[in-house]
Amino acid sequence: MRGIIASGAYIPHRRLDRSEIATLFGKGGGKGTRAVASYDEDTTTMGAEAARNALRDAGDVDVDSLWFSTSTPAYLEKTNAAAIHAALRLAPTVGALDLGGALRSGIGALRTALQGGGTALVVSADIRDGMATSVDESSGGDAAAALVVGDDTAGTVIAEFVAAGIATEEFLERWRVPGAERSRVWEERFGEVTYGPLMKAAFETALANAGVEADQIDFLAVAGMHARAIKRGGKAFGAAADKMVDDLSGTVGNTGTAHPALLLAATLGQAEPGQLIAVVMLADGVEVIILRATDAIADYTSSAPVAAQAAAGAPVSYGKFLSWRGMVAVEPPNRPPPNRPSASAAGRRTDWKFGFVGTRDRSSGMIHMPPARVSQRGGAVDDMKPVEMADTIGTIAAFTIDKLVYSPSPPVVFAVVDFDGGGRAPLELTDVDPDEVEVGGRVEPTFRRLFTSDEIHNYFWKVRPVRTNSAEKEDA
Amino acid sequence: MGSHGIKDQVAIIGMGCTPFLEHWEKSLDDLIIDAAHATYESAGVKQEDIDAFWFGTSQSAASGLAMAGPLKIQGKPVTRVENYCATGSEAMRNAAYAVASGAYDVVMALGAEKVKDGGYQGLNAFPIPTDGTQRTLTAAAMFSLILPAYSKKYGVDPKELRYTVAKIAEKNHYNGARNPLAQFRRETSAEQICQMAAVAGELSVFDCAGVADGAAAVIMCRMEDAHKYCDNPLYIKALSFVAGTGAGSLDPDYDYTTLTESKWAADDAYSQAGVTDPKTEIAMAEVHDCFTPTELVLMEDLGFSDPGGAWQDVLDGAFQLDGRLPVNTDGGLKSFGHPVGASGLRMLYEVWLQLRGEAPEDRRIPKTDRKLGLTQNLGGYPGEMVSFVGIYGPELG
Repeated sequence: MRGIIASGAYIPHRRLDRSEIATLFGKGGGKGTRAVASYDEDTTTMGAEAARNALRDAGDVDVDSLWFSTSTPAYLEKTNAAAIHAALRLAPTVGALDLGGALRSGIGALRTALQGGGTALVVSADIRDGMATSVDESSGGDAAAALVVGDDTAGTVIAEFVAAGIATEEFLERWRVPGAERSRVWEERFGEVTYGPLMKAAFETALANAGVEADQIDFLAVAGMHARAIKRGGKAFGAAADKMVDDLSGTVGNTGTAHPALLLAATLGQAEPGQLIAVVMLADGVEVIILRATDAIADYTSSAPVAAQAAAGAPVSYGKFLSWRGMVAVEPPNRPPPNRPSASAAGRRTDWKFGFVGTRDRSSGMIHMPPARVSQRGGAVDDMKPVEMADTIGTIAAFTIDKLVYSPSPPVVFAVVDFDGGGRAPLELTDVDPDEVEVGGRVEPTFRRLFTSDEIHNYFWKVRPVRTNSAEKEDA
Repeated sequence: MGSHGIKDQVAIIGMGCTPFLEHWEKSLDDLIIDAAHATYESAGVKQEDIDAFWFGTSQSAASGLAMAGPLKIQGKPVTRVENYCATGSEAMRNAAYAVASGAYDVVMALGAEKVKDGGYQGLNAFPIPTDGTQRTLTAAAMFSLILPAYSKKYGVDPKELRYTVAKIAEKNHYNGARNPLAQFRRETSAEQICQMAAVAGELSVFDCAGVADGAAAVIMCRMEDAHKYCDNPLYIKALSFVAGTGAGSLDPDYDYTTLTESKWAADDAYSQAGVTDPKTEIAMAEVHDCFTPTELVLMEDLGFSDPGGAWQDVLDGAFQLDGRLPVNTDGGLKSFGHPVGASGLRMLYEVWLQLRGEAPEDRRIPKTDRKLGLTQNLGGYPGEMVSFVGIYGPELG
């Protein structure tokens, strides 16, 4: 048996109330909220967070490849999956591959993993942008999802792969050239009439391959950027049409490349053993994947369920959203911007910078962050072992708010963090409002992009308040 | 092995200090020349009489050439010194040791900084290539960590503590207003400071040192030669320096209510000088009030207050000009300004004036039988700093 072993999602903390758009511009926006990646997040960091959640829930599973799909990559040419690989501290023998550019790459990577061999960590993420007041701006959402795909010899399969259906067609409906700040779309009606038959064809192919009828589908998760085609295309799904799951458009928004996997992760949180799930993605054709929940799903609990993450979060103002997205340039602090990190210096410290791995002195037991060769206690030399800190909760020992220092989004909230079981590090706090910080507050590490200098993204770890998504909550 | 010090082996025979200002019209070279020639005049020596030079600057220049060039020092050693904000004291300390070693008869240490050509407010670190994981907080934010920690440890109401450190700024502005060389010569009240907007933790810009250009210098010789140059020299009683390991950022035992390296440096200095009770033996002190909480905890680290007692001593006026132990009688970093490489020598300049009775009358310390002056100069942040303590007196023994 082959299928999904675990799923993980990551929905960023901030939410934009869409009504703020019309308040400012007199048009645009709409009802509900959309998820907003913070200024220190990109598709790579969100992908890493989703993958951490998936691997935590997968238990003792060794993946042999990591595939990362996004239409909004942090880098071109350089493999973004390699940064996620490093943040997850995967072995060098584990492959890392970007399947980037097209919105279809997310579901395509998932299908390919389900149809292939080995154990794959399939990660997808998107940051959805558009011009101010555009439909893409308000309906879009930022998120990442990760699925561990493999045989039941590698881990416990919670949803078995049953069949796929594909309908590929070349037509110009939505496009974006590299470097463009927005996507373009053709007249809406053209997409609607083109996608209709493609949905029907792919869905019927998948049903036939699965040997099931439409009325046997228990959950129909439909994703795609063409909302009207989905809304008007119900008849393509026949008796399954009334099994359509919440597409999260009211809370999270449409997360593009990540959306099929995000909806699947949400659905896995509801499915009972034996139930059939169909995942559909409209993107230059249609892809359909059918999965059957196994008996093991009854015992599977997500440490960071999609529903809980979608319901959580805190507001971000529209002004801040526009500045985070570079749509509006706001006055930065009059301080020098940060220096670019050194490739060779970072290369010597990959475990620390990407993996948040410190060292523990064997004789005194003291944890050193960053890693050290000589112990602060006792002075032992070169007698340290690595200690992974990324999943360790900490307590704020002291904090301050710095309104003077350069930051992509001032002020900097900064804390001295004492980690459970030992170790102290001065770290930036993120996803936090200054007035909610207190000494004694509990925080957990999160992988972020500190700044970008000279077109180099400076990745490292910050801490965020423990909220919905942590090992601590799991224990409690 | 041991730290023995050089008590009474080296004499200070002349000092000079430029005004500390935003010297838009003066270059680093100008500041060096002004300070050096004021100091030659003070000591009654010519440049050719000096055998070796130490040049302290944190970020304004590199190498001894930056001093040798503008002064046209011919055929002599010039050593460039850098040790964060303690650079000036470190230049002086090394120069003094060169005299004590017998290597040279007469030496000069000069500290200078040109900070106002950078285009940004405040002090900005020289960029060194790194892995990009280093903290990038301002010094103000790092020192702001002291207040909540001190409040919690000693049970002081946060508002009262905030007012207490504002009183430190008020005192230093009062003193600076009586100092013609100081950057800020206007008095300000603690109440006014408390009403200002916070920029880092609870600190406002008036809790921060002034950022100024400036230079200061000292000429030293062997104790036995001092009276050839000077009727009333000062003698070095102790020079102590501690570089921390950065333990405060690593070790959960560090609680941000003390500057450990400064306490260690003070203990060593008192031992070198034979001081057993600083509260009653030190006549006046110049300390590193880079931010108001720094001066607060330094009073405890230097033994001027009992642990947990400095805030009450501040409120009682213990460190005012007419207090039991005047501190930063020249206005300190707060009011005199902080040209990094010069500040340690500027502190010594005030000791030079006060202990020899040359300070202007309106900020002269009261006459007592205490004979010792102290300078304390640090660089870095709570938990990870370098710290210097020097003790000086006009009499041998």
